[in-house]
Amino acid sequence: MSTTATSTTAMSTASVTITVNGEAATHEVEPRFLLVHYLRELRRLTGTHIGCDTSNCGACTVLLDDEAVKSCTVLAVQADGHAVRTVESLANPDGTFSAIQEGFRQEHGLQCGYCTPGMLMACTALLAENPDPNDGEIREALEGNLCRCTGYQMIVSSVRWAAEHPDGKVPAGMSAATAAAPGSEA
Amino acid sequence: MIPAKFDYVRVGSSDEAIAALTEYGDDAKLLAGGHSLLPLMKLRLATPTVLVDIGDVRDLSYIRDGGDHLSIGALTRHRDLETSELLAAEAPLLAHTAHLVGDPQVRNRGTIGGSLAHGDPASDLPAVILAMGGTLVATGPSGSREIAASEFFEGFLETALADDELLTEVRIPKFGSAGWSYQKFNRRAQDWAIVGVAVQCNGRTGVALVNMASVPIRASAVETALLGGAAGTEAAAVAADGTEPSADIHASVEYREHLARVLVGRGLAEAGIA
Repeated sequence: MSTTATSTTAMSTASVTITVNGEAATHEVEPRFLLVHYLRELRRLTGTHIGCDTSNCGACTVLLDDEAVKSCTVLAVQADGHAVRTVESLANPDGTFSAIQEGFRQEHGLQCGYCTPGMLMACTALLAENPDPNDGEIREALEGNLCRCTGYQMIVSSVRWAAEHPDGKVPAGMSAATAAAPGSEA
Repeated sequence: MIPAKFDYVRVGSSDEAIAALTEYGDDAKLLAGGHSLLPLMKLRLATPTVLVDIGDVRDLSYIRDGGDHLSIGALTRHRDLETSELLAAEAPLLAHTAHLVGDPQVRNRGTIGGSLAHGDPASDLPAVILAMGGTLVATGPSGSREIAASEFFEGFLETALADDELLTEVRIPKFGSAGWSYQKFNRRAQDWAIVGVAVQCNGRTGVALVNMASVPIRASAVETALLGGAAGTEAAAVAADGTEPSADIHASVEYREHLARVLVGRGLAEAGIA
């Protein structure tokens, strides 16, 4: 469904073209199809998790035109013509971790990992806008993301680590985690 | 959770939106940011048969200085309200309260017009616009009309908008450095207010309540007491007069009435009313 269409006829299906992690694709969908289902089922990008499904927990957070949104509360048709980034886009082209991913490893920002994709995307949006947030700003930016494992303190530390190491490189001899092979992220 | 089936049309202008509303009548709902409507549709508490998506009508997203007032496009997102320097200078109550809505993801999608047109008594922004004495502009097939905020909220999730009308603009006075306060009482940062209070000084003092009736309401007893020369503490004592809060899992009627008195007292004090 083109945004330039002047017809006001409502349709039971719609053609959507959405650019996800730099790749555009076109599908015919029902208007009630949620963006999170589109990403997981049609684009086969299952890194984006469905948590509460009620726009509370933030596990489904992705970037829509570089803004953090909860993809359980966006229709795929609303993303037509727009660009989405998911957690699968975060790693560097050579498979090594980006700064925020490395921060979560260094500071143990996850335990079970269920909330982590949404946390990483919310953190990515925060750091793009505010590369050096203080702890209060980090906590405010993550108020829409729930974690039931960490108690949040280590997540805040992870974001601080990423802010202090924007290239994501672990200083020699400082690694808190055992070295993992490139691309071996859980 | 997946919404019930509906037909969908995306429009590119307010004229197209009104044409679609005219065609589909009360079967249609407008979709702005979707953060009030879509959760209800997922729970199937709302089952519109046609959604008219106005999310791409970007010429309804603006905050303008209108001389003696500010004009805010209905599709202005909460994020744009909370970061607006113009609002920070002339209507800090609105900028501050927009920052308290939901969480960043919600504020990136939700719009001021969507929040007002939804008419939820638990929402923050309707009370703010009531306390400010704002005016809403509704546009339909025969043109635009102004509706005072105090006349806009008619029943639970019901407003003065006709089936073929679109809320296009919100107008508020400029308040400069006049005193104000927003008191939001909740259990967790991202929750709805259990009770909320908006206070805006500007000659007359506007006071409005969140979640103290089936609609967003003015705290008329408080406003009348202040007009009559009552001190802030005296006015706060009548904050629950004329309200009809409901009981739910968060609070009993009596507790909400108590919160209203306490929060109005705090709000008036913060706004500088002794």
